[in-house]
Formats: sequence, structure tokens, C-alpha cells
Amino acid sequence: MGFFLEVLIGGLMTGMLYSLVALGFVLIFKASGVFNFAQGAMVLFAALAMARFSEWIPGWLGVENLMVANILAFIIAAFLMFVVAWLIERLVLRHLVNQEGATLLMATLGIAYFIDGLGQTVFGSDIYKIDVGMPKEPVMVLQGVFEGGLLINKEDFIAALVAALLVAALALFFQKTATGRALRAVADDHQAAQSIGIPLNRIWVIVWCVAGIVALVAGIIWGSKLGVQFSLVTVALRALPVVILGGLTSVPGAIIGGLIIGVGEKVSEVYLGPLVGGGIEIWFAYMLALVFLLFRPQGLFGEKIIDRV
Amino acid sequence: MNMRKYALAASLAAIGLSFTLTAPVHAQAKGKQAQEQFFPVLVYRTGAYAPNGAPWANGFVDYIKLVNATGGINGVKATFEECETGYATDRSVECYERLKNKGGGATAFQSLSTGATFALTEKAPVDKIPLITAGYGRSESANGAVFTWNFPLLGTYWVGADVLIQHIAKKEGGFDKLKGKKISLVYHDSPYGKEPIPLLQERAKMHGFDLSLLPVAHPGVEQKSTWLQIRQNRPDYVLLWGWGVMNSTALKEAQATGYPREKMYGIWWAGAEPDVKDVGEAAKGYNALAMQHGAEPDAKVVKDILAKLHAKNEGTGPKDEVGSVLYMRGLISAMLGVEGVKRAQERYGKGKTMTGEQVRWGLENLDLTQQKLDAMGFAGVMRPVQTSCLDHMGSSWVRVHTWNGSKWQFSSDWYQADEKVIRPMVMHASLKYAEEKKITPRTPEQCKQ
Repeated sequence: MGFFLEVLIGGLMTGMLYSLVALGFVLIFKASGVFNFAQGAMVLFAALAMARFSEWIPGWLGVENLMVANILAFIIAAFLMFVVAWLIERLVLRHLVNQEGATLLMATLGIAYFIDGLGQTVFGSDIYKIDVGMPKEPVMVLQGVFEGGLLINKEDFIAALVAALLVAALALFFQKTATGRALRAVADDHQAAQSIGIPLNRIWVIVWCVAGIVALVAGIIWGSKLGVQFSLVTVALRALPVVILGGLTSVPGAIIGGLIIGVGEKVSEVYLGPLVGGGIEIWFAYMLALVFLLFRPQGLFGEKIIDRV
Repeated sequence: MNMRKYALAASLAAIGLSFTLTAPVHAQAKGKQAQEQFFPVLVYRTGAYAPNGAPWANGFVDYIKLVNATGGINGVKATFEECETGYATDRSVECYERLKNKGGGATAFQSLSTGATFALTEKAPVDKIPLITAGYGRSESANGAVFTWNFPLLGTYWVGADVLIQHIAKKEGGFDKLKGKKISLVYHDSPYGKEPIPLLQERAKMHGFDLSLLPVAHPGVEQKSTWLQIRQNRPDYVLLWGWGVMNSTALKEAQATGYPREKMYGIWWAGAEPDVKDVGEAAKGYNALAMQHGAEPDAKVVKDILAKLHAKNEGTGPKDEVGSVLYMRGLISAMLGVEGVKRAQERYGKGKTMTGEQVRWGLENLDLTQQKLDAMGFAGVMRPVQTSCLDHMGSSWVRVHTWNGSKWQFSSDWYQADEKVIRPMVMHASLKYAEEKKITPRTPEQCKQ
């Protein structure tokens, strides 16, 4: 029982981190109807910027305090993500207003490859470190209840808390602010939103900026866990079944979807994996998402689209 | 109109004259080209495995440059061209096809990928180009009677796995002490990661230890469930068969689940600086195999490269990486190719460009004595290597090195694989391959020809 709980808790915490990445997809889709394939590339770019600036700043400014260097690096990396967002809107999206969804998707694929290459060219392709003081050693709880206690990964626990806070803040932003409502209006219909005076281009810049900040936070958390290197882009692929399952337009869907996928893949790997040779967690997550789609094609929390004929 | 005719005539005359004048230059260039030996370099400087692929590539290229800086291969200039594979088999094959006929024909290919080696093993005999896989590739390809064009020089994964079990047995006080022990193999779920399994299963049968297999999907960034299983099973030792980010992730997960790093042993592709440097202190005590060499900052060949290339800004990659583990692996891989050419020249003519077939002869007649190695700047880095027509691996010398929190330090004496265990497995697997592919193995008599 103790071991099952460890697997379950581990899955929930990993799932929360998947939600954080999935949120980037949901944000941009909600606001622009674009499935942003470049989200993984943005996570890598942001993490590279954070890691490299925190390494360079002490040399440039003579700052010795790690926290100060990290804060400065965060500000610069965030500014860089704003610049990236602005450039994407100026150079790509602005020219594709009212184009087919497939065209926008292909454009984001191109952006993904470009950002991947640019990030590694500017910041290097080695493994870099982000040290934001996350605790790495595990902690044992409930030792009186379970033999050997329950192992909790402190780093994952804190990361899951940060992710939960960010998700809550974004949910509030979408539901309670005028900008959030404007974002949702743009997502429903570009032309209709423009006709009532919502500035489409500004909205797109805002949403890509927010997605950039989400990518930065995800990059810091994942980069602190895994080291900052190219494989971070694959973390975005782990978030794909989350958005399939949760629905592309739902912030709560990204959270619940993340938790289900996180638990599903860990439990499947530990309990089913040994029966079929192991290494099943990646495809099992997609299979789980597809099974959900059989019953709810719009995802758990996605909007049901009904077109009148 | 006349002016236009004159201009046209003058232009044609100029073109004709320039062609006549430059023809001998082209011929000379062609003549010079005949004195060049082309080395294709399959690299991965981008993608998930770039942190490990780049130092290997830098070491390889620097050695080629060093050879040229010191007079070439008996006067023959070594040329090279890199091709980016991203550690993908399809792109490796594409690079092979693109480069195999360049520069008068490729000397030998080194794919730095077991998956790509499986694919290229079918192509090499057709194109008559040797395939050097120093420390990777198919283990059974050590049998040169069947795998005529494959050269898994210095060691195979069966050698690595065998040495790991020998080392663990030594620590435990003998092979009989392995009975009932639990050993887990955490491996990259790819041809590379699966390669040691037959040897470990054989050793498990021989000594009665319990072997559990834990695959990790590419690229290896998600290992939580793997390490939770390790926490549940509590193995006595964990063998790590990872590459790239999988290695550092494994160490971080070991820390997160409280598994002692002193009980972890990696293959030689899981024992370099990129695997531990961002883990730092937490990787202290972690062990890995060193195939011949480790990090060798004090080697003469390294000092030569620093003085003759990097001091003149002609080096490849960062200066502080020169002499690191994977840099040395790339450098030694290039050296083996160059020595194959040199050996071939001894038979087919010094100062001449060697064909793939001639280089193959050179590689299967390598005789790198300690004296030769020392003279080349490899004193303390390598032990002698001799190959033969039937033995394409040569001697396998392995040590264990341990991360002390800031650098790798040797922590064992030299080992060699137990031929009594390995040889029957190599023969069985290679003859099975020969049967499948309808290959008639070469006899010792044929080897003499």
C-alpha cells in the first residue's frame, strides 16, 4: 500500500508539472485558435536564457549573491520572451490573420524549429545548470504507518505548488479581467472580435507574452530538475496527451488532464510495464488520452462544437 | 557591331586562354587530391545528445588536424567533412550515402551510434568501406571471419558488461558471493541499451544473481517510475546503460529516491563529464567504466593539440574541454582510423592514398605496441592493441573510474573480459548472423591472402 501511494503521489506531482507546460498550449489556443507547436521550443529557449544569464551576470556585474543573480536573470529572460512574442506577432501571425487553422499550425512548427536552432546557437548546446535553491534530497513521512515511510520528493512537491499557484492565477486572469475576456472573444471569432473594437494584434502579443512567462517558469522548474539541454523540448511532447485529454480550451482541463496523465503513466509503468517488457509510459499516456476521446471527443473540459447545417 | 564582334572574340579567347593556363593547375590539384585521405565524420552537435556528441566530434576533428600539422599520414593530407546526424539512424544512413564517395572515397565510417551501426553493417560490405565502432556497435561483430568490414575496436558492450560483473564480484569477495544478489540494469530502450542483456543473462545463470531489466524511453528525461521500482526492489547494484541526458537524470533520480551512488556502475558511455557536471556533489561516489582511457589532461597528445592547434586558434570547440573523457574517445577513434591507413600504407605504398579495401587490411593487421603508442603521445592513456583477420576487436583493456564530486579518478586496476564467457557468445551470435545473411565465414587460410 505504501509503495502504491508513493507511485500515486509521484504521478500527481509529475502531472502537475505537465499541466504547467500544457497551460502554454491552452493559453495560446484559447486566445488565437492556434495550436502552438512551438511551446516546447519556448520552454527550452526560456530555460537556456535563464541558465546562461544567471551564469554570466556574476561576471558582468560582479554580483556574488546567487538569489540576486537569479532574479536579474529571470527579469532579462522574461524581457527576452516578450521580445520573442512581439517578433512572432509582427513577423508571422500578423500576416496570417483569418487564415486556415492548419496554416497557423504549420507556422508554429516553423517557429519551433527556428527557436530551437536560435536558442542553441546563441546560448550553446551543452548542459547548463539552473540553481534556484530547490531541495534535492527526499523526505520520509508517515514512517509509523508504512514500513520505511512514504518517500516524498521535496523538489517535485515545491515545483507542483508553484505550478498550482501559476495555474490558479491564470485561471483568475482569464475569468475575471477585461483582457482575459477579450482573449476569449478573440479565440471564438477573430472577425467578430475585431468588429467590436478588440485590437487583435495587441491581444496576440499579450497572450504570447503570457505563454512566454509560463514557458519560463516551466523551463526553470524542469531545467532545475533535469539540467538545461535540448531534451527539454520533449517535455512539451509529454504535455500533448494532457491537452488532448483535458481539452484545448480549458485551464481546469489542463490541470485535471495533467494529473490523470501523470498518475496514469507512472502506475502503468510500475504495474503493467514489467508484464510487457517495460518502457511503456510514453505511449500509454497517449493511449489513455485516446480512450478518453472515444467517450468525449472534445476532451474532458473542452467546448462542444455544434455547427448548424 | 564590329566592336561587339571584337568583344565577343576577345571574351572567347580569354576564356580559352584561361582554360589552357589553368588546366595544368587543375591537373596538379587533382594530383594533389590523389595524396589526400578522406575521413567522413558523422557527428551530433545538435539535438538531445549534443552535450555528449560534441566533445567526441571535437576530439576526432582535432586529431585529424594534428596529423596534418605534423606532416600528414606519411605525407598524405587527411581531409574530413562533418555530417550532422542528430543521433538518428535515418540521418546517419543519409550522411553515409552523401559522404561515401566524397574525396576520392571514404576511408572508414564511424557512426557513434549502435542503431546506425546495425543499419550500416549491411551497406559497408557492398561499398567496401570499413566501419569502425570503437566501444559500441554489435558485440558479435568482433568475429572478423563473418563481419569482414566491422571493427568494434578496443571493446564491445559484452566486454563492458562482463567487466562490470567481474568488478562487482571482486568487491563482494568472489563470484560465489554473487549468488542471491540483486542487480538491476537501467538501460536506454534502444539497440544500444539492449546490447549487454544477453551477456548479463548468461552471467546471471552462471552465478545465480537476480537480474532485473528496467528500460527507459528515449531520451531518458522521465525516470521516476524506474527509480520507484528500484526503491521497491532495493537492488544491491544498479548498472546504468544510458547516453546523454539519461545519465544525469538517473543520478538525480537516484538522489531523489535515496539510492546510494556508490552502488551505481555505468558503461563507458555513462561516465563522462556531461553526465555528472550539473549533478556535481550529488554524483559523488558514482562509478563508470573507462575503456582504456579516462579524462587525460596530462597526456602528451593533449599537450600537442593545445600547443599546435588551440594556441593558434585552430582548435575545435572549447579549449577547456580538450582532454576530457568524450573528447579523448573521439580523438582515439580518429587515431585508430589514421593508424589503419598507416598500417595499410606499409603494405600498399607509403605516401599513397589508401582505398577502403586497403584500409580494411590495415585495420585487421593493427599492431599498436606500447612503444608506438608512447611515441604518439598516448603514454598512460592506452595499452597495446593488436587485431587480426579473425579478431576485429583487439585487446580490451578496461578500468573503473569514480566521480569524486569534481573530477573522474581511476578506482580500479585494469580488467579484461573473460574470453571463456565472451568468445562462445560471439561465435554463436556471429555464425547465426552468417546463416541468416548467407555469408560464408572466412577461414584462417583465406585471411593470409
